[in-house]
Amino acid sequence: MDYVVEMVGIRKEFPGIVANDDITLRLKKGEIHALLGENGAGKSTLMSILFGMYQPDRGTIKVSGKEVRITNPNVASRLGIGMVHQHFKLVEPFTVTENIILGSETRRLGFMLDVRTAAKRVEELSKKYGLNVDPYAKIEDISVGMQQRVEILKMLYRDAEVLIFDEPTAVLTPQEIEDLQNIMKNLVKEGKSIILITHKLKEIKAVADRCTVIRRGKTIGTVDVAETSREEMAEMMVGRSISFKVDKVESKPGEPVLEIQSLTVKNSKKVDALKAFTLDVRAGEIVGIAGVDGNGQSELVETITGLMKAESGSIRLNGQEISGLSVRERNESGIGHIPEDRQKRGLVLDYTLEENIILQVYNKQPYSKHGILQPAVIRKHAEQIIQSFDVRSGTGARSVVRSMSGGNQQKAIIGREVERDPDLLIAVQPTRGLDVGSIEYIHKRLVEQRDKGKAVLLVSLELDEVMNLSDRIAVINNGELVGIVNASETNEQELGLMMAGIHKEEGTS
Amino acid sequence: MNNSVKSLLAVLFGLLAGAVLMMLTGHNPIEGYQYLVQGGLKNPERIGNTLATATPLILTGLSVAFAFRTGLFNIGAAGQMLVGGFCATAVGLSLDLPRGMLLPLMVLAGFIGGALWAVVPGFLKARYNVHEVVSTIMMNWIAYWTVYYVIPAYFKGDSVETESRQLPANAMLRESWLSDMFQGSYINLGFFIAVLTVIIVAFLINKTTLGYELKAVGFNRHASEYAGIGVNRSIVLSMFIAGGIAGLAGVAQYTGNASSIQIGILPSQGFDGIAVALLGANAPLGVLASALFFGLLYSGRGFMNAMTDIPPEIADTIIAIIIYFAATSILIERLIRKLRLRRSANKKQED
Repeated sequence: MDYVVEMVGIRKEFPGIVANDDITLRLKKGEIHALLGENGAGKSTLMSILFGMYQPDRGTIKVSGKEVRITNPNVASRLGIGMVHQHFKLVEPFTVTENIILGSETRRLGFMLDVRTAAKRVEELSKKYGLNVDPYAKIEDISVGMQQRVEILKMLYRDAEVLIFDEPTAVLTPQEIEDLQNIMKNLVKEGKSIILITHKLKEIKAVADRCTVIRRGKTIGTVDVAETSREEMAEMMVGRSISFKVDKVESKPGEPVLEIQSLTVKNSKKVDALKAFTLDVRAGEIVGIAGVDGNGQSELVETITGLMKAESGSIRLNGQEISGLSVRERNESGIGHIPEDRQKRGLVLDYTLEENIILQVYNKQPYSKHGILQPAVIRKHAEQIIQSFDVRSGTGARSVVRSMSGGNQQKAIIGREVERDPDLLIAVQPTRGLDVGSIEYIHKRLVEQRDKGKAVLLVSLELDEVMNLSDRIAVINNGELVGIVNASETNEQELGLMMAGIHKEEGTS
Repeated sequence: MNNSVKSLLAVLFGLLAGAVLMMLTGHNPIEGYQYLVQGGLKNPERIGNTLATATPLILTGLSVAFAFRTGLFNIGAAGQMLVGGFCATAVGLSLDLPRGMLLPLMVLAGFIGGALWAVVPGFLKARYNVHEVVSTIMMNWIAYWTVYYVIPAYFKGDSVETESRQLPANAMLRESWLSDMFQGSYINLGFFIAVLTVIIVAFLINKTTLGYELKAVGFNRHASEYAGIGVNRSIVLSMFIAGGIAGLAGVAQYTGNASSIQIGILPSQGFDGIAVALLGANAPLGVLASALFFGLLYSGRGFMNAMTDIPPEIADTIIAIIIYFAATSILIERLIRKLRLRRSANKKQED
């Protein structure tokens, strides 16, 4: 069997860390090869080397049996290697075709742009691989799933033989994930080869033929996906056995901590995003909000935390009305918030880890006195969180957060919020984009908060997560509360129906 | 790479390019630079003048750097400086108080004048999201025309129409002991105000909760909102402080270096402040160093021109080239990294 791509003994060092240490990856023609590893294991570095963005310190790369030096992405492109990035690189007001030809425009008479010929070719490619993309649609008008297909088409248009997918499902809905998997199967049927970078075992099981696992910059092994169980792969990735089920005892709910009474909120477009929403969260329980993205979850959380204003209704925390309070006053009265978008809301990326740790308490004793920061106290506090929440970074408390991996950024936020010891902890998508090891850890921490008698409000788009963690599940659809069920008495089908807006009574009768 | 190394490299490249220019125009660069440096540092008087020239640049540079550190681009230092200088002059010409009270009052008026001038763009940004680059530039012209009208109308000079009355010696920042120490230089208390401001701003930015807040808003507005920081208040406050610092530049310029205020001129130091901040990597001490260097070039170029036939524009060209290199320091960084890579690759081959 010949390999289309062989990376042998790759080593890459960055100041302070060895990102890749003797990694070997062999890609057969016509296979989907998964590259599995935790965040920070060195997957992205390895692929950046293959794509010409970094030069390896040691090791060889062969493409179709010939040794090559890939000095920049253009060389990679010429060798038939294409990459579908996690964050799309598209010009929003341009059409699909215009985006695809950007950089290799077809011309007439040497200077006139020839979109029509290109559009025809885009259409042909789209048909051949079952992508179903309209070449004349504008990027800003099409869904995220479609945008990703445009990225795939870009590669196909440039005759890529090897396609690298970098965490392609992170931004997709379950339906779109299924479509993408079919597209990937079509691509290999037509003779393309795919490297799939991921840490989601479910997806590997669904599409990949073989899987190379790396951990802390080293190759752990390459396995046949069909013959390997999810648990075995997880163990290779993390280095210890992993439980997918959350261990927790029966909850002992106490007094209500959060009481929301017929809350109505208008979103930025002046449409009711939340309609007469009512919910309690009691001490010592986790209430999960289940729902399809964009059904009012963000507005609910932002209104509780004070980032948005309510139209009407009341929010009480420990019996006290808080809807008139500022964000800071709410923080101080006992709300902790793990925000949905950690990089936009949760962290100041250009601040160091220790500066981020004091984001809400910088003006409190003992972190500052008379308006002057107390670096020694701050450092000590940060180091304690780094230690107890296992936050890994290059230079400890002084690391700039931007340089840290997503999982460690999230652990830092969770550490910060949990250490503030809030009565109500709101966790929104707390494990999005994280690897199995971090997810397990974060889940354990949330349950721990519950067991300490805190109220936890969990909002997640991953139904598995909501079902595993919650004691009660509130289902939201189109800004309305569809119903509340006990997690132990429900199942995926029932929740699925409720998420579609069918009330429980209607469903069961 | 270290910022100060980058800035020093930019200076070095600028001086080299200036040398090449001098050679191309048939002059001796060594001689040119000798006179340039001598013109700035030859004797105590020239040193004093260099410091005095640098004084407004320190303050405008600091104003731009401070705004920049808090995520704002203050192009309006010129207008704020003019208004600050005007307010100080107006107080100096109108009030008859003992010097010990008058000078602090003038400095305060200058600070407040510049600060209020910058608060308008700050408010517009916070409330209506109007970009500060546009509004600060417009404020520059409003300042220009306001002074153009008010000076002849209320503070008209005795002989010239285009200037205010001369400030009485009592209402000026000059001190005879200081001038004597520097053998007749026009160095004045403004220099000490500038150095003190540098220290205060460095402390404010790096050590206080206020600095933490303002920088956080500059880096990430959304995260600051999430943390409960009053974002709009921070933006307005940042502009207030930045404008106040530029106002102090006006105080130093119009009531220290000069003794009256002219109409029809936007002070060039306002725009030079952007270059000073850039070369100083937006750090207070960096700004101090780069302003002193600019001061040296500005005050030395006249002497160079007098002693040789090198045109004074060469000094301006050097400054422009330095700014160019400071702005493109990423290129320098990349070049160095490439050289280093090549060297390590060669080494590996030898092994």
